[in-house]
Amino acid sequence: MKSKLNLDPKVVSSARQHAANIAHDMQEFIDRHTTVSTERTIVRLLGVDGVDEVDNPLPNVLVDHLKESGALPTGAAYLIGNAIVQTGKTPQEIAEEVAAGKLDLTKLPTCPQAEAAEALKPSIKATFERIDAQKAKRKEYLETIGEGPEPYIYVIVATGNIYEDVIQAQAAARQGADIIAVIRTTAQSLLDYVPYGPTTEGFGGTYATQENFRIMRKALDEVGEEVGRYIRLCNYSSGMCMPEIAAMGALERLDVMLNDAIYGILFRDINMQRTLVDQYMSRVIIGYCGIIFNSGEDNYLTTDDAIEAAHTVTASQFINEQFAVLANIAEEQMGLGHAFEMDPNTEDGFLMELAQAQMAREIFPKARLKYMPPTKFMTGNIFKGHLQDALFNLATVWTHQSLLLTGMLTEAIHTPLMQDRYLAIENAKYIFNNCRHIGDEMEFKQDGICQKRAQEVLAKADALLAEVEKEGLFSTIEKGIFGGVKRPFDGGHGLEGVCTKGENYFNPFIELFKDHK
Amino acid sequence: MSICTTTATTQVDLTKVKPYGDALNDGKVQLAFTLPVPYGEEAEECAKQYAKKLGLNEPNVAYYCELTKGYTFFNVYGSAQATIDYTQIVVPKVEGEVLDRVECGEWIGENIGRDIVVVGASIESDAHTVGIDAIIQMKGFHGHFGLERFKNVVAYNMGSQVPCEALIAKAKEVNADAILVSQTVTQKDIHIMNLTKMAELMEAEGLRDKVILTCGGPRISHELAQELGYDAGFGPGKYAEHVMSFIMQEVQKRGWEKKVNIADR
Repeated sequence: MKSKLNLDPKVVSSARQHAANIAHDMQEFIDRHTTVSTERTIVRLLGVDGVDEVDNPLPNVLVDHLKESGALPTGAAYLIGNAIVQTGKTPQEIAEEVAAGKLDLTKLPTCPQAEAAEALKPSIKATFERIDAQKAKRKEYLETIGEGPEPYIYVIVATGNIYEDVIQAQAAARQGADIIAVIRTTAQSLLDYVPYGPTTEGFGGTYATQENFRIMRKALDEVGEEVGRYIRLCNYSSGMCMPEIAAMGALERLDVMLNDAIYGILFRDINMQRTLVDQYMSRVIIGYCGIIFNSGEDNYLTTDDAIEAAHTVTASQFINEQFAVLANIAEEQMGLGHAFEMDPNTEDGFLMELAQAQMAREIFPKARLKYMPPTKFMTGNIFKGHLQDALFNLATVWTHQSLLLTGMLTEAIHTPLMQDRYLAIENAKYIFNNCRHIGDEMEFKQDGICQKRAQEVLAKADALLAEVEKEGLFSTIEKGIFGGVKRPFDGGHGLEGVCTKGENYFNPFIELFKDHK
Repeated sequence: MSICTTTATTQVDLTKVKPYGDALNDGKVQLAFTLPVPYGEEAEECAKQYAKKLGLNEPNVAYYCELTKGYTFFNVYGSAQATIDYTQIVVPKVEGEVLDRVECGEWIGENIGRDIVVVGASIESDAHTVGIDAIIQMKGFHGHFGLERFKNVVAYNMGSQVPCEALIAKAKEVNADAILVSQTVTQKDIHIMNLTKMAELMEAEGLRDKVILTCGGPRISHELAQELGYDAGFGPGKYAEHVMSFIMQEVQKRGWEKKVNIADR
């Protein structure tokens, strides 16, 4: 396909090669390490669930037990496998006995690694049967009731109460939403455990729990059948429990998950070693399960300037793409993020937004690009805000974006009311329908504002990636190049949960999840 | 009374103010709201009666539609009857003169004779940095540079989700003249809870009079800030220069020019 922006394919491949080198470089580090959250994910995937008598999730109880005994480098897979061999109990029973203080996994006689791996196979098989059944169910829905056309209309619910969320989500689906994201309660990203059970109290959002996922999944399947469209469910595989939530999403058939290799480091001050190791485990799961991941480049523009820092978004998209390649994620599942966040008072600002969005589409032709609406320059003037969202919707349909985070006229005032969502969807549908083929009809002027802008941003992204490759990703982040935020190698939350893999360590899930077309 | 007047009524009675549509005292207001009732003519009538109860004469349901089963959305116009005596209104405001960035730097140099130190954070559960970044970060917001770009100001931005205890510890460590607390999330009044906790901890630590305590955010007013025990509050439309103008004049008022250390204040 010819580039409408006259982008030089050599620059695109150069940038992509730099990003691939950066990701490979990091992968060596990732492969040598594990984390408490990665181990808890293994424990969950072996079938352990539930809480102890003081509401500590059993995967935490078990992994904390390993950590305190200094056995984290050996890993949960070997120690549970060994415990099965030695006791004949199931992983769930083993976790319960550890919680009751009746069993110390590090004091048992030890079997060879191969024997421990063999002992895990029935539990692993059961998990994959469950995940495969969910994949088949999604496929069946898509083949029978089908789905809405792209751009998918993506709206959020955020009441704090999962049962209230269900009402709002079903209403939104009836109004035309294709994807429902349940916003998490503020601060959940920094909890080093995943809460358990259905929840009805949250601030600015609702706890991500496996039970809440199940409740919402059921509600969306019901309303999907009613409206004759599969409604996708989105949540957050991010923060301190990134891979655990991916596993829960796999089990409960989430379709979209926020998941970024760098976001947590920059915006939640999570330690960079921790996040990079965790993102790998989460992404192999996401890849296998057919989940679309959404990366968080849009956030750079809330802390940095959307005009000056546009190339950091593009550079980060390349990096997120290459990390995804290493986790064997299909291009169609790469929801690379960007945003419409330029100051609305900028002359020809719309042209620059259009150039950026079109460029992302041309560089990542098959990706499910996630396009975020204006937030930073939304003022509380709902009338102007509705117009800002309209221009955003126009850029979306024009440049064939895939996932439209639907802009709310009341952004900067409150979490969306039911009527806000209606007005936002009406706005988007009006423009999508009225301008459906605008992108196929319109071309960009040779060497005009849009072409030049896109070429300039791409060139800067390529230069930045060359610099990051030379410098290494860790030290780039230490210098504050992404989002203008600096994070130290040994700083931030969760570093104490990172360790190098020891003798006997194995993670049976990585290869199994990566084994798909 | 004459039927036809040849001049518009232009004299506003400030003791009896009501909304203006296109003629003085027509009381015109527009409302958008949802009622949890099924779409239909009964819904329209329900909205009209509700608008009347709100004190609107001649309510006109300009538009209504179904949001989802059992919920109807309305755009309603009406003529409000209530009036307000504008002459009796008192709004507490942050005192002092507002200088621009360059003037602030010079003023501090001339009047304080040392750097002013501030520490800021979005506290507790709040994960939003947009507010504190707008005030502190070099690039600021909307063309208003942040405190990092001010001369004679040393600003520490601790980011988001900072526990009150950590913010206070940092203020002590660097001998801050002022603490800036940002709160963006306001659902279920969580910002009030967080801000109150901060004020109480400052009191408990015996620092309340030794460090200037300010807060800011989209739903914060100076009046609310004062009610919560803060020295000043900064809402929408306030930038780094507003915050620093207040702080530097307060430092002077309190006679802290030579009192660099919190212990000496």
